[in-house]
Amino acid sequence: MNDSMNSKVSPWEAIHTRWMILRIALAERLAYRGDFVLGTLLRFLPIITQIFLWWAIFQSINPVDPFAARLSGFSFPDMVAYYLLTMVARAFSSMPGLSSSIAIKIRDGEIKKFLIQPIELISFLFWSRVAHKVAYFTVAALPFALVFFLCRSFFTNGVPDLWTLTAFVLSLLLSFSMGFYLEACIGLVGFWMLEVSSLLFVYMLFQFFLSGHMFPLEILPEPFFTIVNYLPIKYLAYFPAAVFLGKVQGTQLVIDLILLISWTLFFMVMSRVLYRFGLKRYSGFGG
Amino acid sequence: MPIIQIDNLVKSYRVYQKKEGLREALRGLWHREYKAVDAVRNISLRVEPGEFVAFLGPNGAGKTTTLKLLSGVIHPTSGNASVMGFVPWERSLEYRRRFALVMGQKNQLWWDLPAQESFRLHQQIYRIDAESFKKTLDELTSLLTVESLLGRPVRELSLGERMKMELIAALLHRPEVLFLDEPTIGLDVVAQHKIQQFLKYYQEERNITILLTSHYMKDIAALCKRVVVIAQGQIQYDGSLSGIVDSFSGDKIITLQLSEGTSPNGLERFGNLEKLALPRVSFRCPRSEVSKTLAEILSNYPIDDMSVEDPPLEETISKLYTHVSDQIGSGASQESAKP
Repeated sequence: MNDSMNSKVSPWEAIHTRWMILRIALAERLAYRGDFVLGTLLRFLPIITQIFLWWAIFQSINPVDPFAARLSGFSFPDMVAYYLLTMVARAFSSMPGLSSSIAIKIRDGEIKKFLIQPIELISFLFWSRVAHKVAYFTVAALPFALVFFLCRSFFTNGVPDLWTLTAFVLSLLLSFSMGFYLEACIGLVGFWMLEVSSLLFVYMLFQFFLSGHMFPLEILPEPFFTIVNYLPIKYLAYFPAAVFLGKVQGTQLVIDLILLISWTLFFMVMSRVLYRFGLKRYSGFGG
Repeated sequence: MPIIQIDNLVKSYRVYQKKEGLREALRGLWHREYKAVDAVRNISLRVEPGEFVAFLGPNGAGKTTTLKLLSGVIHPTSGNASVMGFVPWERSLEYRRRFALVMGQKNQLWWDLPAQESFRLHQQIYRIDAESFKKTLDELTSLLTVESLLGRPVRELSLGERMKMELIAALLHRPEVLFLDEPTIGLDVVAQHKIQQFLKYYQEERNITILLTSHYMKDIAALCKRVVVIAQGQIQYDGSLSGIVDSFSGDKIITLQLSEGTSPNGLERFGNLEKLALPRVSFRCPRSEVSKTLAEILSNYPIDDMSVEDPPLEETISKLYTHVSDQIGSGASQESAKP
């Protein structure tokens, strides 16, 4: 994945290093148990308000029988199921604090460590982030299971077939990678701008509406739906949910998966390029 | 064959010239003036393996910039350097595995975890085999007497304890060259002493090459035979610590203990009076006239005791710093006066 860390090193050692980073990041994550558990559980609260919100919307469409109402092909149970699935997707793809922590490392000079020690920044951050996610899911798995059990009636199509499930899991893992490299790129802009928070704000705003986190993208009028369908942001929330619900199937599913892999590779390469040029600038001007 | 070789190293930064006032701030939005600031101007230096060299100089003299250049964090504007045959700013992994940089004001350990965890990570990234890792760690922890602190989160350690852990982290992979940037900054006397002792022992034992910057004369007097004074980005002096006094201070301080009832009147003609607390009198006298002065005093005044000393090192060095900046200042004005 990165040659600077692996050169002249057996794959086993490289894996061992990543395992050690993962272990230590995990230990660090658990150092503040209280805050961590509270933060994890609080993320479930918005579910209730979202369900009420959609109920109110469907009620206004068809006051007599909200369950018969349709919104861009979504019934009320579909909508709740969709929302729950995007929550799972975002649990994988969201990277709280990643961009800003990279920018802070650049600004405060902590990045020097990665120039002096034989360890590479992006790979290090990636495996720390994997650890964050592992820690998160360890705590969140039970509440997630509970929520899905309680809301099982909203999944009117039942559990999808094995191929769809596999594609769903694959899309989740890829959305994690793409989300990571995308936000790493934003953070690395910090080499050129000392403060990336406004850039991040604009990105978050777009992500909020165009990733499908707030509503299924089908709701968007044309030509916006077509445009957003070509953007990588939809893979962060909309796509995994759509796969699970069977909205993307057959050839289209394969094409979308290939596109997702391509975007992931694109942002991965992009982050390396930014890092390289950023370092060149950093060591040329600042330090 | 020198282990560190620096030739005509120059580093200048481009600094945005901020001007005062809102109008200038607005102007600065699209039109920015930059000024080149020379942090290091033309430094050349040779360091032999096993030397313990101190960089001495006022704040902003270019000491830290030089260490940053040698550890490969920044590129020079021009000039060459090689450390153990590597060009530092190429940042080859092999080079990174063979040196270490410790900055007194920067933390490299994981803040919320016990130091032990950071050490394990270092073992991995520096590829230290388990046996020598354990051996080195045991040795370092016992030398610095921190065995009992390995399991405590770093944030709960005192500044001195943390610095010891930083040193251990930096030495686990047995670097051949060590750069120390103010390792004792902010530490109390006991902790400072402990770290000095450790560095002295470890350097002699392993015969590693160390470059150290510090503002504490005690650090330098205790550790380094060779001192390089950097001011205004240039090397002003390179030699022994005591040599600084010889070359930059032309005075000696003579202290007399006058016999009871003797009046100090007339002593001022021998030099500037430093301190008068009868029966003790101290005054400064040009080095070349010490013997003549002493002879004259002894024959004219009844004396119980006397001593001749060098002026304090700090004083000489601060004189050296101001001397250099005066020189540069006048040099610059001469240059600008040219058409």
